Amino acid sequence: MSNRLLPFYATLIICVLAYAICVFQFPNMFSTRVLGNLLTDNAFLGIAAVGMTFVILSGGIDLSVGSVIAFTGVLIAVLVGWYGVHPLTAFVIALTIATAFGAGMGAIIHYLDVPAFIVTLAGMFLARGMSFVITTESIPINHEFYTALQGLYYRMPGGGRLNFVGGVMVLVFLAGIVVAHFTKFGSYVYAIGGNRTSAELMGVPVGRTTIAIYALSGFLSGLSGIVFSLYTSAGYSLSAVGVELDTIAAVVIGGTLLTGGVGLVAGTFVGVIIQGIIQTYIVFDGTLSSWWTKIVVGFLLFAFIALQRLLVYLSSRKALAGEH
Amino acid sequence: MNTTDELVSARDIRKAFLGYKVLDGVDFSVRSGEIHALLGENGAGKSTLIKILTGVHRPDSGTVRVGGEAVVVRDTLHAQQLGIGTVYQEVNLLPNLTVAENLFIGRQPRRFGLVDRKTMSERAKVLLAQYDIHIDVSADLARYSVAIQQLVAIARAVDLSGSVLILDEPTASLDRHEVELLFSVMRKLRDRGLGIVFITHFLDQVYEVSDRITVLRNGRLMGISPTAALSKVDLVSMMLGRTLAASTEREKQPETERREPLVSFSNYGRSRSISPFDLDIAAGEVVGVAGLLGSGRTETARLLFGVDLPEKGSATMDGKTIRIASPRDAIRLGFGLCPEDRKIDGIIGDLSVRENIALALQARRGWLRRMSSREQAELADRFVKALDIRTTDIEKPVKLLSGGNQQKVILARWLATGPRFLILDEPTRGIDVGAHAEIIELIKRLCHEGMALLVISSELEEIVAYSTRVRVLRDRVHCQDLTGDEISADGIMRAIAAQTGATA
Repeated sequence: MSNRLLPFYATLIICVLAYAICVFQFPNMFSTRVLGNLLTDNAFLGIAAVGMTFVILSGGIDLSVGSVIAFTGVLIAVLVGWYGVHPLTAFVIALTIATAFGAGMGAIIHYLDVPAFIVTLAGMFLARGMSFVITTESIPINHEFYTALQGLYYRMPGGGRLNFVGGVMVLVFLAGIVVAHFTKFGSYVYAIGGNRTSAELMGVPVGRTTIAIYALSGFLSGLSGIVFSLYTSAGYSLSAVGVELDTIAAVVIGGTLLTGGVGLVAGTFVGVIIQGIIQTYIVFDGTLSSWWTKIVVGFLLFAFIALQRLLVYLSSRKALAGEH
Repeated sequence: MNTTDELVSARDIRKAFLGYKVLDGVDFSVRSGEIHALLGENGAGKSTLIKILTGVHRPDSGTVRVGGEAVVVRDTLHAQQLGIGTVYQEVNLLPNLTVAENLFIGRQPRRFGLVDRKTMSERAKVLLAQYDIHIDVSADLARYSVAIQQLVAIARAVDLSGSVLILDEPTASLDRHEVELLFSVMRKLRDRGLGIVFITHFLDQVYEVSDRITVLRNGRLMGISPTAALSKVDLVSMMLGRTLAASTEREKQPETERREPLVSFSNYGRSRSISPFDLDIAAGEVVGVAGLLGSGRTETARLLFGVDLPEKGSATMDGKTIRIASPRDAIRLGFGLCPEDRKIDGIIGDLSVRENIALALQARRGWLRRMSSREQAELADRFVKALDIRTTDIEKPVKLLSGGNQQKVILARWLATGPRFLILDEPTRGIDVGAHAEIIELIKRLCHEGMALLVISSELEEIVAYSTRVRVLRDRVHCQDLTGDEISADGIMRAIAAQTGATA
């Protein structure tokens, strides 16, 4: 148990250390304002990362995340801006489509027994292509409902603002934790990630669960798209390129095993926050190129993969030593 | 015939795969309160019969009755609902989940719609207490030994199904003490009125624990008999359909004069693995390695072959110092290793028989001198014939072969490289009696041809049959060599048991 949680603790320590270094260098970073901004700026990433956590825990991958975010944004912008649909109705339509899209990919993965990588790669091109078909322009969203949502916030002690999108992300993470650890569905996800054949023999409804996992990821990508459109007040088919890779990075840095079966939703939260801290540091510094985020994230990923391999190696040695 | 207490019965079951008859009119039944051994060589149809009873396969014809009523078992879940639970040898539970989750997955107790982990843990504790297992149920299953995992699997199957328990080779990876534990649980369950189907390759265990025996051979029913009424010789001849060749008899070995060692290891050791040991092996010598599970047998093999690196010690071959830093070095020196778990370490299931056989030779020749498929085919054909590997065709994926034939493929792979020193780790584990005898015969033949062999085995009679010298391991120490007349099952047993009585 402790061994399996080690990557999570390592992430947590790195997160605290990184924050401490930032605060040491820029004392201004020690404020709830920075915290509020962290949550707001990374809301769409975090929400999509929760879905990705479930997918990776089950031993799969979902490459369509970024495209679905863009598609949702464009669809909502067009529905609201061109057709005068109320944003709430547009949200329902977009979330329904995104969920169905994910469920469809899950069904193909399960029933046709095709690797998730290929299916979601196809999904990625399809969703991106569809958003281009709708429009290639960036469509601004000007609606009083949008303005109202964007104006909502909760004032934290110290003057920081937890606004609507940040709040949604926190709620999604809390819900994700509950689903992962306190529902049958959650235990099925871990079971399938652990060993699909065993899970099937133990009576886990593998097909239904697989479809639900990708539907959940689709739904959360859609929600992330909504949050992204609230954040940018626009829908653009070229937005959120490569976000799926950022979410995968957050999940892995958060201590989830890429082969599935081991990991925590809470870890992903820390993974997202680490990425946010690095970005904030770069903003505060002012001289660094924003690409340094990618470089540091790259190093962290290597470090975590190495750490995971080391743990696997150590535990297998322990198992050998404990044989007699 | 008394059928009133039959929990499950199958009559006249027929099943064919691709026109090949796997089961041909087989009857089978399990009564309440009995342990029923289902025996047969590999390929006899045991697994298929079990898969039909548990709904993995549908029979082509014949009826399955549960509690007297004819049923069609749809899938494993349905079989569970009918009261038939199965514990498989290899695919067991989910090591990444907790013990409690493994026991209750899919039927977790809930409170306000959410899984109630506390209640689940308590119920898991109560459930396992019935089996005298007192462990932390909220820890990952992976933390516990295979034996405990096996018992957890049984507890789960019994709790779910509750009338028939099928155990598919449950003792294959357990040591003596763990087997005892398992048997006591099996007897307890039998006394509670369960019907237990016990599949195994260990005949001693059959006599130790079972009440009734059903023997299958080549998909046909060879006989059903109370265990007490069937002698071991009769049982074996039923399984083999021929009288057992005297291959397990020990030949009179020529008095081993002191020969120049081919390879010699001195003070070879690695901490936490195996204490430093000396070992000389001459050409034409078979050194049998005996010891309990965990005594350091496999560790020795891994060290000799360069899988693990020795922390100290030196090795010489033909009198010259050699360095074995990796299996590649070992292969270059003319070593070969058939590992213990052929599914994990040896066989590449999706590749064909031909490719599997050519693998090691190709690896030694290097990337640039590729073997043509014609060369590979010739090689494979030669070994398929020489070792009597039963396959319809050398292009067949190895995973479709039976265990004994897979083992022969691995052997062929190493023999193709013309090794001078061959290490075999449990070469006869999980294979049927017929193939068993053939492999013993093969070991003797290789020895006569002048190869040096080191053979690790848990079966003492087998070691006695082919060894010119026996190395006994105890608690990760090479502790004794037996030669000449000292080599007998009894002698080895005494050597293994010496001194351990105090610690065990």
